Amino acid sequence: MSSPATAVLDADAKAILARCEELYEDLELSAVKAWKAAHPGALAIGYLPTYVPREILHAAGCLPVGVLGAGEQLEIVKGDACFQSYICHFPRSVIELGLSGRLDALDGMIFPSTCDVIRNLSGIWKLSFPGKFARYLDVPQNFDPRIGGRFYRRLLDELYRDLCRLSGREPGAETLWASIAAYDENRRAVRELYELRREEPWRVRASEAYLVLRAGMQLDVHEHTELVRSFLQAVRERPARAVDDARVVLCGAFCEQPPLGLIRTLERAGCEVVDDDYMLVLRWLGELPRRDGDPLDALSDAYLAYTGETASRYVPDGTAKGERLVQAVRKSRAEGVIFAAPSFCDPALLDRPMLQAVCDREGIAHTALKYAENTGQMQPIREQAGTFADAIKLWGDV
Amino acid sequence: MLRQKDMIAEHFRELARAKESGRKVVYTFVPGNLTELLLAFDCLPVHPEINALQSGMRKLSGEYIAEAERHGHSEDVCTYVKCDIGMLLKGNIGPTGEKLPEPDLLLLSYTGCFTFMKWFELLRERYKCPVAMLHVPYQADGTLEPSMIEYVVEQLRRELIPKLEQITGKRYDEGRLAGFLAASARAEEDLVWVLESAKHRPSPIDAYFGGVYYIGPLFTAFRGTQAAIEYYRELREEVAERMRRGLGPVTPEGELEDERFRLVVEGPPNWTHFREFWKMFYDERAVVVASTYTKVGGTYDRGFRHDPNRPLETLAEYCLGCYTNLNLPSRVEMIARYVKEYAADGFLVNSVKSCNSFSAGQLPMLRRIEELTGVPGAFIETDLVDPRYFSAANVKNRLESYFQMLAQRAPAARAEALAP
Repeated sequence: MSSPATAVLDADAKAILARCEELYEDLELSAVKAWKAAHPGALAIGYLPTYVPREILHAAGCLPVGVLGAGEQLEIVKGDACFQSYICHFPRSVIELGLSGRLDALDGMIFPSTCDVIRNLSGIWKLSFPGKFARYLDVPQNFDPRIGGRFYRRLLDELYRDLCRLSGREPGAETLWASIAAYDENRRAVRELYELRREEPWRVRASEAYLVLRAGMQLDVHEHTELVRSFLQAVRERPARAVDDARVVLCGAFCEQPPLGLIRTLERAGCEVVDDDYMLVLRWLGELPRRDGDPLDALSDAYLAYTGETASRYVPDGTAKGERLVQAVRKSRAEGVIFAAPSFCDPALLDRPMLQAVCDREGIAHTALKYAENTGQMQPIREQAGTFADAIKLWGDV
Repeated sequence: MLRQKDMIAEHFRELARAKESGRKVVYTFVPGNLTELLLAFDCLPVHPEINALQSGMRKLSGEYIAEAERHGHSEDVCTYVKCDIGMLLKGNIGPTGEKLPEPDLLLLSYTGCFTFMKWFELLRERYKCPVAMLHVPYQADGTLEPSMIEYVVEQLRRELIPKLEQITGKRYDEGRLAGFLAASARAEEDLVWVLESAKHRPSPIDAYFGGVYYIGPLFTAFRGTQAAIEYYRELREEVAERMRRGLGPVTPEGELEDERFRLVVEGPPNWTHFREFWKMFYDERAVVVASTYTKVGGTYDRGFRHDPNRPLETLAEYCLGCYTNLNLPSRVEMIARYVKEYAADGFLVNSVKSCNSFSAGQLPMLRRIEELTGVPGAFIETDLVDPRYFSAANVKNRLESYFQMLAQRAPAARAEALAP
């Protein structure tokens, strides 16, 4: 039986989750509008996956807003008029959101170099919203500080100055360092949430963790850090019963997001997602290697030094391909990998055979499925994931 | 055509002899290819996209793609990649029936196509050979910034050239490179003249179906060679003569007479049914007067020429300027300009499933070009080398409807739309 104190904590967790789910479902960006109302004259800048340096947006006085599509909540009409049937779903819903006025609260958009579709979406955006700030961020695929670093440092500087011009802020190193500190703190909180998922996954369901992280796409960084910490405090103490589901790492969902229903379906099927690549922007940089001197250099160096791996980032050393996935499996003591890629996602689907080969070499069980952000029929996924979980639990191998 | 066949056959003979001759083999891509630099190190280039399209034309791609899919490659992804992987899995037999040599280097010119990166990561797994990555920034704002050029030049100077020196055991000779670049510029001049000959009425060339033969040498292994200079000189003379005599383009079924429609085409052709696809045009006496596909290996008609006085900078500018490295507004502007300058009656988008770099955004592009030019566009869907995605009946039906619509447009409306 729970004590009055733990009941309060459970209520806190539920309230936080209710708030996060509200944010998840709110395609009108009410939280962004509220933030702008509370900060007269301040700008909100949208960004797409996989990675943008949010510190720079923040330091320029802007609210960075992650635009992750409309999920299963919006009927796509205008978006379908822009893309052929063999293009993934995500850009359709981004266009639908934009053309239906749901992104009007945003004063600009940043399109990072994730794939050709996102790249070309930046052009469609320019054609569709000629008066608005739209920037394609060509993050380097060369990781030598003298080459890729120099190029990237210039891009960051340009982005910072342009945003400051737009927002009327004075650029400054101190402001940038303060923003870096704010995001460091956020990354620490996010890391703690992942640690808790790894150590005691029954305390936080994967879908709950997802909602809490997803709130970071709309909230100011300080508010999101506070929210994650409050949630952690609440769930650490709330009553929970240990369960022995199959521990899996989910791989391939770094851009178009799986619908919440899919994550819940995996839970119901007995799969405990203990690591994932849902919103890499929250975790990308890790710890900044240094905290003095020029903040743009520090951001650039951290980007180059990042050892994580995703399909949109080139892996210069062929022997290191898949290393991050294996590390994630080992660190989280996962028993298998679910390759979950959006339909027609070239990066994830072209990466998959290479990562599957690494899993085979390392003796890691795996299965693969495809989804779209608006996938509604979960029964086949439930059956597949359930069979995978059963196979892991019954035979320890697949 | 015969000269080009000889050139290609000789190149594949050289490739087959590469191990004996000691020449190093470099696999690389057409957009952003650095042929002159490879020639300066006596390397032999192999272009996987060209192998794939030739497999498509020889009706082999379907089986290669199936083979790749049997090995776990998704049905959703680029069929050039799967065709290449499938060909490799089935013994890597090239178009001349000889086995292609394995690469000594994979030169990943990451220009205008994200999939290139994954493609060579996949090949690296198979060949276990070194890879040189050349990241070419995207012209997202439609401008070529000095920082972009510097970034590419630095990669060439600090990474690619040392790697080529290491692999070949030869020192980088900038004078030699400049010589090849000067030769390139001469051939480029003639290619542009040939492509622009389509402004003449009737057009002496087809700039899409015929165009793929015209761009062949310059987009692949021959840029910078004497053979390319001669090829383009002869081609220019031949086209000039056709123009003088008022002749139309040559088709597989002879000369096209009485040009009826002048079209601009966006997107690559379908290779598995190339002849059948072409026939749908020339049967209606439709001539393609300009195309964007013939700019994937360089936008020479926008004024670019390789400059021997700035060897590395000019290579960087070349890579940055390839068609699929241009943003959508620039592509729209280019097609709209073609429609006007080539006095086109219409424009067609051949949207290929495999190529997101080309295809994502073509629908809004079409609408914007219609707005800018007042000329109606058409949209068809095929694929590069997957025969499952070429529905001849559908394509023909759409094209015939489109041509009927063009025929019914009042000449006055056409004239008005084409007025400057």
